[in-house]
Amino acid sequence: MHSRIHAFTAAVLAKRVIPCLDVDRGRVVKGVNFVGLRDAGDPVEVAKRYDLQGADEVTFLDITASSDERGLIIPIIEQVAEQVFIPLTVGGGIRKVDDVRTLLNAGADKVSINTAAVQNPQLVAAAVAKVGSQCIVVAIDAKQVAPEPKPRWEVFTHGGRKPTGIDAVEWAEKVVSLGAGEILLTSMDRDGTRIGFDNVLLRRVCDAVPVPVIASGGVGTLQHLADGVLLGGADAVLAASIFHYGEHTVGEAKRFMAAHGIEVRL
Amino acid sequence: MNQIAVVDYGMGNLRSVAKALEHVAPKANVVIAADARTMRTADRVVFPGQGAMPDCVREMDARGLREPLLAAAASKPFLGLCIGLQMLFEFSEEGDTPGLGLLAGRVERFRDDDMHDAQGHKLKVPHMGWNQVYQAQAHPIWRGIEDGARFYYVHSYYAKPRDALLRAAYSEYPKPFDCAVARANLFAVQFHPEKSQAAGLRLLENFVSWNPQ
Repeated sequence: MHSRIHAFTAAVLAKRVIPCLDVDRGRVVKGVNFVGLRDAGDPVEVAKRYDLQGADEVTFLDITASSDERGLIIPIIEQVAEQVFIPLTVGGGIRKVDDVRTLLNAGADKVSINTAAVQNPQLVAAAVAKVGSQCIVVAIDAKQVAPEPKPRWEVFTHGGRKPTGIDAVEWAEKVVSLGAGEILLTSMDRDGTRIGFDNVLLRRVCDAVPVPVIASGGVGTLQHLADGVLLGGADAVLAASIFHYGEHTVGEAKRFMAAHGIEVRL
Repeated sequence: MNQIAVVDYGMGNLRSVAKALEHVAPKANVVIAADARTMRTADRVVFPGQGAMPDCVREMDARGLREPLLAAAASKPFLGLCIGLQMLFEFSEEGDTPGLGLLAGRVERFRDDDMHDAQGHKLKVPHMGWNQVYQAQAHPIWRGIEDGARFYYVHSYYAKPRDALLRAAYSEYPKPFDCAVARANLFAVQFHPEKSQAAGLRLLENFVSWNPQ
C-alpha cells in the first residue's frame, strides 16, 4: 500500500448498471411499449434489493398521471434515501425548478426532465443554474420515423403518446447546450420488447453529445446490456424487467459485462 | 455519547450524509448543525458541501461558521466531503475564491485539453461516476477498504496540496489527482462516501470510531 506504484493505464470510469423502477401511485410497475402495467413490488424494498446486488445507481420514474397523486413519490424517495447509499435519480412530472428542489431535498441526487423540457427548454437552463449540470438529466423518448439508410428518430412526450416533430439527435445536442449533464435515451420502438437496445440510435446520440448517455429500452438478455456499451457506446445501461422478475441479478449483469471486457464496479 | 455534527451552511441536501452516518453508527447522536455552539460541543464534525465554492464560502461566513469550523478542524476528528475538502485549501479557481487556508495548496479545474484516456477518448467534465481510489498511506480511515476500491464522484475541480505528505489517496482522471488528504485529526475526501455503497459506509464507520492522538 505504501508508495505503491500503480501502472498508468486508461483512467476508466466504471460503466454503470442502473435498474429502473417505474412507480405508479406508490408501487413499482412495468409496462410493455409504455402500456399494460404489471405490479412489481414496493419501491423501497425493490431499491434495497438492487443496492445489495451492487447497482451503481437507481432510477425512479414516476408515471403517475394525476397531478393530485404526484406528491406520493416524495415520501418514497425520502425512505429510499434513508436506506440506500448509492445515487438516486427521479423523473416524471417535473414542471418547474421548485419540483427539482423538492426532489433533491427529499434525497434524490439527480432529477430527470422529459416533457417539460420540450415544452419549455429554458427550464433546463434554469434548473442547471440553480442546482448544477450534474443534477439535471434530460430523458428523451425517441421513436424511429425514417428507416435506413437515412434513419431518423423523433422525440415523443407525455409518456410516449405525443409526437413533437423534433429530431432526437438534434434535441440531445440542444439540451446539452442548455446545460443538461446527462441524457437518458429510451427507444420507444424497443421499450418492453426485450429484443435489445436500439444501438444505432444510441451511437448517434453518444457521438453527438459530450455528456454521459444512459441506454434504455429493450433489454431482454445480459448480452443486450453489454451491446449497449460495446455497440451503442453508452456510459450506463438501464433495465427494468430482467431485474424485477428475478431472471437476473444486477451482480450477474455486471459479471457478464466484465467478462466481455467492460469496466464495471464489482 | 458520540455526537457527530454535520455542518449545515445551506448548501444542498445533508440528509444523505446524516442518514449514512446514522446507518453506520446507530448509537451515535447525529445532528445537523447550523450553529457554532453545536459544533463546539460535538465530538466529531463532518463538513460536507455541494454546489459552487463561492456560494459555499459566502454562506459559511453569513452563518458565522468560519471560526467554529477552524476550531473544530484544529481539535477533533474532522471529515471534509467534496467541496468540504476543497474549502480547506487556500484558494480555488472556481470564482477565484479564497478558502479556509487550513491546508497549503490550490483547487483547480480539470483542463479540457488534457482530458483524454489511453485510447484517445475524450473524458467528460464533471468527473461523474465510480472511479478507483488508490491508497497512498496507511490510515485508520482505510481499514477494511480494498486498495483500488471504487467510490462515487461528482466534481469538476480538485485539490492540489503543496505538501505531498498530505496525500492519503489518489484517483486517475486521466492523470493522478489527490482525492483524499489527511493531517492529524483532519481527513477529507473528494468523492461521496455517503453515495458509495459498502466502501463508502465503511469509510464513514471508520471515521466514527477514529480516535486520532
